[in-house]
Amino acid sequence: MLEAANAEYLMTTHQPTINARTAPLSPALPPLRIGSFTLNSRLVVGTGKYRDYATMQAAIEASGADCVTVAVRRERLVDAEGRSILDFLPLERLTILPNTAGCFTADDAVRVSRLGREILEQLGNPGAGWVKLEVLGDRTTLLPDPVGTLEACKELVKDGFTVLCYSSDDPIIAARLRDAGAASVMPAGSPIGSGRGIANPAAIRMVIDRLKLAEQGGSAEYPVIVDAGVGTASDIVHAMELGADGVLLNTGIAHAQDPVRMAHAMRLALDAGWHTARAGRIPRKLYANASSPWEGVITHIPGE
Amino acid sequence: MRIELNGQHKELAGPATVAQLLLTLGLERAPCAVEVNAKLVRKALHQTHPLAEGDRVEVVTLVGGG
Repeated sequence: MLEAANAEYLMTTHQPTINARTAPLSPALPPLRIGSFTLNSRLVVGTGKYRDYATMQAAIEASGADCVTVAVRRERLVDAEGRSILDFLPLERLTILPNTAGCFTADDAVRVSRLGREILEQLGNPGAGWVKLEVLGDRTTLLPDPVGTLEACKELVKDGFTVLCYSSDDPIIAARLRDAGAASVMPAGSPIGSGRGIANPAAIRMVIDRLKLAEQGGSAEYPVIVDAGVGTASDIVHAMELGADGVLLNTGIAHAQDPVRMAHAMRLALDAGWHTARAGRIPRKLYANASSPWEGVITHIPGE
Repeated sequence: MRIELNGQHKELAGPATVAQLLLTLGLERAPCAVEVNAKLVRKALHQTHPLAEGDRVEVVTLVGGG
């Protein structure tokens, strides 16, 4: 079941067979469309937890991302001369995606979304039109509160936002968020910052199927982004193999020993996962299947 | 006049608008957003929005996040 990576939505978006002689080493992936937004990179990266802004800048560059997330926080009034992250982000080429991290109620998430939009409007950044909605249950798990998320999603859609919903890996709430107008549902691979990768691949697959398969009421065009829990590049490959349209991560890059190199690896992993998902992997078998022919062997074969 | 600014008590010399408060804080040109009593005050209204005794004011900006 999980092995059947050639599900309908993968085949319908199947790229023409790559001509190995003429294709560039890594053919460009089609852009990711989320509502009225178009991203050239399917990797979205966070800007938190870097040891310094220079490392953050270099890591964003290495990741190839053209969209980065930011958080809304109180202005530090004691140290108003302090450097702003905005001075270190190439705003002319990045779409900023403000989040509602730290919100535990729908009301707070709506407030924070509006504050983020206000700032991005002043900056003239296209990110003013959207928000990464997080309504969290508690500080220990940082898992989404599905009820609060749904409530806030409805309110923000009404207010004209393109809403990208951070969600648990549950297909039922995912469909509810989609029905409430979310432009993308972003199931968590595992808890934020945990680095545990895709904790429940079957659940992620069910979320993706529910939102993308026609027979489950989904649409191949509907973007599903795996958000949170990525610890290493193979986690991204895994998410993409399961049929995700993109991956969002922060800590996996920012807290790697070499964040810039890890950002580069994550970029390659996304490409690898994308192509793998569309190449149609072989089924898993319990026993071996020889790659070299039996015909013409000159050896003694045990049992024969 | 006493207000609550970013969770701290703040004494203002006299009546003030949101724009005047930002000027006092040196944030008149900073990319920030202002809420008064949990309601956003859009930038276009900063000059005309008066602060009142006991107002809860939040001045926020963008920081690194995931």
